[in-house]
Amino acid sequence: MPTLKTPQDLERLRKDLSAARDPKKPCVTVCSGTGCHAYGCDKISEAFQAEIKKQGLEKKVDIRRTGCHGFCERGTLVVVFPDEVCYLRVKPEDVPEIVSTTLKQNKLVERLLYSDGDGKKITHEGEIPFYKHQNRIVFGSNRLLDPKKIDEYIALGGYSALAKALSGMTPKQVLDEVKKANLRGRGGGGFPAGIKWEVTRNAPGDVKYVIVNADEGDPGAYMDRSLLEGNPHSVLEGLIIGAYAIGAQQGYVYVRQEYPLAVENLSVALKQARENGLLGKNILGSGFDFDVKVHRGAGAFVSGEETALMTALEGRVGESRPKYVYPAIKGLYGKPTNINNVETWATVPLIINKGADWFTGIGTQGSKGTKIFSLVGKVNNTGLVEVPMGMTLREVVFDIGGGIPNGKKFKGVQTGGPSGGVLPDKLLDLKVDFDELTKAGSMMGSGGMIVMDEENCMVDIARYFLHFLAEESCGKCVPCREGIYQMLKIVDRICAGDGRDGDSDLLQEIAEVVRDASLCALGGTAPNPVLSTIRYFKDEYDAHIWQKECPAGVCKSLIQYFIVPEKCKACLICLRNCPAEAITGAKNQVHVINQEKCTKCGVCLEVCPTKFDAVTKLSGRKIHTQAVTA
Amino acid sequence: MSEVTLTINNEEVKAKQGMTILEAAQTVGIEIPTLCHHEKLVPYGACRVCLVELTNGKKSRLVTSCAYPVEEGLTVMTESAPVVKARRMILELMWARSPGVEPIRRLGTKYGISGVQAIREYGITPPQPKFEIEPTYCVLCGMCVRYCEEVKRKNAIGFIGRGTEREVVFFPEIARKECPGCEECFKLCPTGALPSHYALTEARAATE
Repeated sequence: MPTLKTPQDLERLRKDLSAARDPKKPCVTVCSGTGCHAYGCDKISEAFQAEIKKQGLEKKVDIRRTGCHGFCERGTLVVVFPDEVCYLRVKPEDVPEIVSTTLKQNKLVERLLYSDGDGKKITHEGEIPFYKHQNRIVFGSNRLLDPKKIDEYIALGGYSALAKALSGMTPKQVLDEVKKANLRGRGGGGFPAGIKWEVTRNAPGDVKYVIVNADEGDPGAYMDRSLLEGNPHSVLEGLIIGAYAIGAQQGYVYVRQEYPLAVENLSVALKQARENGLLGKNILGSGFDFDVKVHRGAGAFVSGEETALMTALEGRVGESRPKYVYPAIKGLYGKPTNINNVETWATVPLIINKGADWFTGIGTQGSKGTKIFSLVGKVNNTGLVEVPMGMTLREVVFDIGGGIPNGKKFKGVQTGGPSGGVLPDKLLDLKVDFDELTKAGSMMGSGGMIVMDEENCMVDIARYFLHFLAEESCGKCVPCREGIYQMLKIVDRICAGDGRDGDSDLLQEIAEVVRDASLCALGGTAPNPVLSTIRYFKDEYDAHIWQKECPAGVCKSLIQYFIVPEKCKACLICLRNCPAEAITGAKNQVHVINQEKCTKCGVCLEVCPTKFDAVTKLSGRKIHTQAVTA
Repeated sequence: MSEVTLTINNEEVKAKQGMTILEAAQTVGIEIPTLCHHEKLVPYGACRVCLVELTNGKKSRLVTSCAYPVEEGLTVMTESAPVVKARRMILELMWARSPGVEPIRRLGTKYGISGVQAIREYGITPPQPKFEIEPTYCVLCGMCVRYCEEVKRKNAIGFIGRGTEREVVFFPEIARKECPGCEECFKLCPTGALPSHYALTEARAATE
């Protein structure tokens, strides 16, 4: 491979590469993101290779393995270009039919197409509601390129922003453009990246660092992972541009060890960028030297906090340190350091190429551009979605997400992971951006969005996040270590039916101090799940504390299963399936659950035939009523 | 070194650039309680007892005075209502965890925390403890760990575990060699728990 010595070399290479890419030539794209890996995309890809060979199409069809497309719910995803025919839930056994029907005869395999509620089939990827309402400026390239091939990135115009910055702009101009774009940090805090860059740039000292924070740790969130796996060069290009603007010579990518594919693709990308002269000495003949090291994190949630991350990068235990002197002035090894999240860096090349005005044309007053969310939980279309800032929660959950499965009622959406809060249905029309979410008592966080239905208990949700945080608190400062622990104890006892008078007040009292007095953002935002659920779902706390009732039927200590004698047909199904052998009865003898033995797993309710509907789950006062009548 | 002027508790205070709020307060005799602070060690900001309220226009926030560097025109309150509220809660949490530790009891009493484990004010009868007790002596101030690392540069002692599992341990391989004849960290320990910790490790090492 030739080393690129000037921007003209890069442009020449891009022309050669894109000329070699015939846009009319059929190409089978197999999504190979982590989700589709779990579905078995390796086998599908192999099947395509074998089948295409078998049917003699080797020369006529390309196969491309790409990063995550986003519609993970329906994986493995296969998109056949140039028509962008989108096949969902593809299995290896479907491959011969796709090859013979679509590739050979140019016809559709109807049964693999997206089908809307009325049974109407949708052929093209872009017309599927899940994709239609998105604006995938950052994430969209994932499906067009093989992350292990720098050529594909370059063919699509990759590194042209870097060339533009290095050859046509001064570092100050690059910085000003990013500042003008008002790009805010996608990792959660939403701090303007341009200002952070500027402080780092102006900080005294010759040695400066830039860091990619890829220590994504929120439960259910995987957008940084998918971006790093699917388009590592976009992150890298942004980082190099940032380093140029800031005046840094060394960069780091702090990525979780638990993301093996991201580590692998990133390492390949670094190697290829170096071979092409896009990293190292005198990049594209500009005189600018820069290189990047990958640091694999050991999987502590707190290491996503920037000062803890830097401490970990220095080889110590990942613990936060006071930030009164910004890391931008005194960061890694005491040197000025700029750290941004994966998605933030990946947005930078777009801003440089298309300009700040284009970028600020998307989004809301205070939050510009788009944001990638991982839409998970009780929603039909789970996956990664990229939407313009300011889209309402309703549009995300219902238009893109397709609403709640099994006809259940929407109850809330948890944004921002353990640092965020749960927003109730009355806030569905909230415009999603940094400021609105914070005002509502939640936060953007890194972009987790967990949808909850009527069967989610909000006290249990608070308990889940507190439990997570209690385990992930580094334990250095008192409010976070002891406060979260005590909050967890209180919520635990509420869920166990031992809630006391004043418990929600006490929770609030501790929460406020943990929020205001903790050392870092982990503690500072840790009370959000508790505070937001108390704020919006106080009645559920009250029901647990006073009526010993879990309205959603989740908290095991507060529920009991009963078999309604009049409905029981003595069919023996629940009796045989009960793992605790807690059900007594016989043929022609009504079944009864022995409450002493019952472990409340709910299997009886699941297996009881719908037409009988004899098993019920009760909570609170209803248990006593039932017990008396039975 | 240049001088800055700040206001602490409505009193104008002159301080040298590079000082912390705590140091500036000490020069004029304003007392701010601390537990994990030691002048020989890098500010740590872990116990949060030295929190003060910093006002900037309409906005105010709590910062640890042991770590916050003085700036021209800062307005600082060391005993305002938000400070006392937070400090009290922090002391209550620490008291619940380490009821036998004298400095915490002393400071807690000063802030009006009554009785052991702070009986809940609004509880039903019989009164229940506000916080559940998991007594331990070590308050995790890290004084010993930091002293060994920063001053002695031996790293014979360190933290293991996260969250409430966090604890101080001597690393036997290093401790066996370095600790006899030093033991300087013993004097720093605010709880007196450290020597017993060490004795235990030593005893274990001897029996191995």
